[in-house]
Order: sequence, then C-alpha cells, then structure tokens
Amino acid sequence: MSQSPSPRDRLGVAALRGLNRVSRASGRGSGTVIGGRVGLAISPHLLVSLAQGRTSILVSGTNGKTTTTALVAAGWGGDVVTNDTGSNMPAGHVAALAGSTSPRVALEVDEAWLGAVMSEVDPRVVVLLNLSRDQLDRASEVRQLAERWRGVLGDADDRVVVANANDPLVVYAASDARNVRWCDVPTPWQADAQSCPRCTLALERADGSWYCSCGFAKPTAITTSLRNGLVIAGEHYEMRLALPGAFNEANAAMALTALAAVDVDVHEALARIEAVTAVAGRFTQRRWNGRTLRLLLAKNPAGFDALLSTVEPDGRDVWIAINARIADGHDPSWLYDVPFEKLRGHLVWCLGERRLDLATRLDYAGVEFRVVDDVDELPGAERPVDLFANYTAFSEWLARSVPC
Amino acid sequence: MAREVGTVLTIANLVPDLLGTYGDGGNALVLAQRARARGEETLLVSMALNDELPDASIYLLGGGEDGPQRLACDVLARSSLASRARDGATVVAVCAGLQILGTTFCVEGDDRYAGLGLCDVTTARGSIRSVGELRVRVGERLLVGFENHGGRTTLGDGVLPFGRVEHGRGNDGVYDGFRAGTLWATYAHGPVLAQNPWFADAVLSSVLGYELEPLDSVADLLYEERCRAIRS
Repeated sequence: MSQSPSPRDRLGVAALRGLNRVSRASGRGSGTVIGGRVGLAISPHLLVSLAQGRTSILVSGTNGKTTTTALVAAGWGGDVVTNDTGSNMPAGHVAALAGSTSPRVALEVDEAWLGAVMSEVDPRVVVLLNLSRDQLDRASEVRQLAERWRGVLGDADDRVVVANANDPLVVYAASDARNVRWCDVPTPWQADAQSCPRCTLALERADGSWYCSCGFAKPTAITTSLRNGLVIAGEHYEMRLALPGAFNEANAAMALTALAAVDVDVHEALARIEAVTAVAGRFTQRRWNGRTLRLLLAKNPAGFDALLSTVEPDGRDVWIAINARIADGHDPSWLYDVPFEKLRGHLVWCLGERRLDLATRLDYAGVEFRVVDDVDELPGAERPVDLFANYTAFSEWLARSVPC
Repeated sequence: MAREVGTVLTIANLVPDLLGTYGDGGNALVLAQRARARGEETLLVSMALNDELPDASIYLLGGGEDGPQRLACDVLARSSLASRARDGATVVAVCAGLQILGTTFCVEGDDRYAGLGLCDVTTARGSIRSVGELRVRVGERLLVGFENHGGRTTLGDGVLPFGRVEHGRGNDGVYDGFRAGTLWATYAHGPVLAQNPWFADAVLSSVLGYELEPLDSVADLLYEERCRAIRS
C-alpha cells in the first residue's frame, strides 16, 4: 500500500505544480519538463513515491511509443494518468503523476531510460514494441540498447512483459524475463536484426518465422495480429481501427495484450481503441493557407517506411520537412535508409532546415522534387497534402496549422 | 587497374546487413547514379552475409556496431576481397569499414582483433567517443560529413592520410582517413559521397581512367551549404 509522502516529496510536488502552471500560463512550454526537473531536484526519488500504490503500464521501443501509450490509456477507460505531451523521461513522468491521483498509469518511456524508470515505478506491465536505428548520434546503438534492456528485465516475478515476437532484438532483450506475453504483430523493418543478437550469425527467415543455428528463434506468441482482427490467448476479436496502417494494428494488438494482463475486458477496451482517430496531432487533418494537410510524424527509417506505404498512388501532394536539431538527431544520414524510391512518380516538395539533404537523397532515388526555401513558395490550394515531418519539423507544422 | 572500354562498371556494397548502420548504402547508390549520368553502363550489387564476393570494380564498406563489425571482418577475411584489392580493385571504406581494412582494431573487449591487413593501419580504443560534424581539408577541397566512432587510428609508413582535420576528430584529431593504392577511407560515415560529389567523382574517375565532365545537381548546393555550416 501507499505510504504517506515525506515532507520533501510534498515540497517537490508543490514546486512542480507551481512551475508547470507558470510555464503553461506564460506560453513558453507545455509545462512538464521544467516542473518535473525541479521536483526531482528537490526530491530525487519523487517518481518512486508518486507511482507507489498505482497500477502502471510502461511502453517503450523505437517506433509507436506515443501511439501505443495513448491506446493503452484509451482502452483502459476512465481516468488514466499518462504523459501525453511527449515528455518521456523521468521529469515528464513525475509531472504527469503529480497531476492526477488516478490509480491507473500508462507511461511512454524513452528506450534509454527504461531500466531507471522501471526500478522507480515498479510497473505491472512493460510493453516492448520494437528496436531499430534512430538518432544514432545521441542514443545508444541499437544492440547495446537491447543488451541493457535484457539486464533490467529479468528480475521481477510478478511483472508481465508484453514483447514483439517478430523483432529479434526485442526477443533477445526479453529472453531472461520470467513472464513474457509474446505478440506476433506486423514488423516489416528487419534491417537492424539481420544477424543473431545472441551469437551474431546470420538469422534465417521463412514463412513469417525466424531462427538462428545457435537455437535462438522466434518464440510462440499468445497474441497474433490478423487481417482486420487479432487473437489473444486463443480468443478471436474483430478489429477495425480508425488509425491508418499495419503499424497501428501492431500497436493496438500490443496495447490490448497489456490491458488483458491487468484484467481489463478486451472487448470493451477494443471498442474504445477503435474509436481513437488521432494521437498527439499525428494522422490528423489540419488546415494551413487554404490547404488540407495530413500530418505524419516520420523520424527514423522504420517509421518512415511504414508511413510511405500509406501514400496513395495519386490524388495527394507530398511534402516532406526535415530538420536536424537535438531532438531530431544532428545527423540526417538515416535519409539513405528510407526507401524513398517508393515515391517515384510523385513530385515531392522539400522543406525544413535539411531540405537540401532530402532533395539530394530524392535526386539519387530518381524522385522528382522541388526545394522550398520559404513556405510562401508552396503551391496553391488544389489537392490535399500528405506532409511527412521529423520531430521538430512536425512540431513546427502542428503549430503553424489549425485543426480542420 | 585499367578498365576495358565498353565494359559494365560493377559497384558492390559489401555485407550491408552488418555494415550499414548509418545510411552507408547511399554511397554505392551515389557512385552508380553519377556513373550512369556520364553514360556508363553500371551495375549495383549487394553481397549478403552468406553470399560469395561478387566480381566488381568498386567495393564499399560501411559502419557497424562491435558484433557486426567483427562478423563482417571474419566474413570478408574468408572472401577474396584482399586479393582483389591487391589486384587493383577499388575499395571505399567508412567508419568501421576503415578499421577493418587495417591490421588490427578494438572490438568487444579485444584490443587487437585482426583486420584484413590491406594496409599498415592500426586502430586503438580512443579515450572518448568522437560524435559530431567532421570537416577535413583534402588538397583544394573540403570533405564534410558526420563521424560517430570510438577509435584512434594510426597510419604506418607509406599510408597517406586522406586529409587534415579542420573540425571534429577523424583518426586522431589531426588527420582523417587514408589513401593507400586503390583504398579510400574516411571516418565520415553515412552518405559521405552524397555530401561530397567531388569525392564520388574522384573515385569514379580513378576507376574509369578519365576525367569526368561536371554534373550539375542539387548535391553541389548541399556540398556548398555543408561547407558553410561546418566551420573550422
């Protein structure tokens, strides 16, 4: 049971709430990181005391964290504490927890912070979506990350790990955990797990499975994604998501498996998840300068590839905005891992601070492009636009546009 | 090695599933597209983990993490790459690929893992990881790119550095990469040939055996922009 908070914790929470109000009122921030940082400075173990006595589900992985966390929160129903501002490190977690006394907690966690946050929050469920290359100039390289996850996932008996059985790096990370619910969900990106995470020999792939001669192989799943549905623990469910793409079917299947592990009724949770139409501005229709924009956050090769597959052959304009600030990673080399060849036949308008890197990539891919130095040069309102943007470029376009 | 007129230029990307962490596959694409733009019939091939080494005029090696780097080195040591390079095939290597070409490098606790030994180059573990923009003076030109590695590379007698570091670290804070016969190596990882079209054309020119006509493209604008952005 929850212990009463210490005076230091109470002071930390009071400072955090006060600062967040100031931050939001001044319009200088979404008011989570600064307050959270100050709260943690006053009371370093604030996350432990704020999470105590609540049922927590943590979600981590390279792609789909924000969406899956939102689906867990929506599917759970009622009042769920969640860090839906995108602040997925401890400062964001304490800010979210200080803002609500709800016993249900769904937190998105940065991959590099998973171990530290798990030891403080003591979650009932940890969801591991996938691991692939992302911002390698600042994050750990992907195999080191899998090794670190493995080190922290093996220690708790009563914790459920919901893990992607189609991602060999995730399977390796969860291989010592005692209670794993494996999910067989769409995972098209394989480029970062061509060699076995355990022994480094080449992995073999056949008929939707994978294995290595060392014995490391795809585990038997309890959850399986199907076309327009899924099976969890032998029970079949129809599923028609409002969100687009096979990657969101994977996110929903893993969210539902996590909710089943905390005894939420899957039928009821599924109905709530099907009704979700947008997450943190992603996938939403926006208006800008008389144009209708579909905003798509695409910040690494696996995520970009999945989104490119949703572009229709004709009928929409394609704009792509690329920055390379701290939050994006300073190195846009990853553009050469994105299969932009899929956009041949489209005219692509190149935006953002690294538009010349993008344009050069498209040129070598044989894709027609225009470099846009000023957004006022963009063409007039005729067709709706699919606007792909990486992290900070996405934020700019979200701020620049308005809801439809 | 002189190339016969009218033959197909084959460019081989080596084990990209192991060495291709940072978009390095882009370098093979850039060479192929720039050769095609000059009317050369070009074939772009890729050697997967269990494949034989393809017959090619240019081989490309990318970057990778420790485990994949060691495995790639083992796979290439068993292949005919070393003898083909000695016979005059061109090799362009970045990052981990640069280290593999030398005699020893550091990997997973082993400080003297045997490389391919194509040149007298050794890599020790650096005191800090080198992450950031790289700007290197190569004669009249600049090489601009991004580095992310933990190595400190020493060149032996007869191995020339590719250039002198003006920003970043490269081999040792003074020099970056090396040139040895038909080997070209730099710590600028990823699509370094995309950012430096002169570098791509220098490699192609050395293989094709003639001076290339300039090729105006957006890559030139990118090069100028990066040269301005990365100050010495």
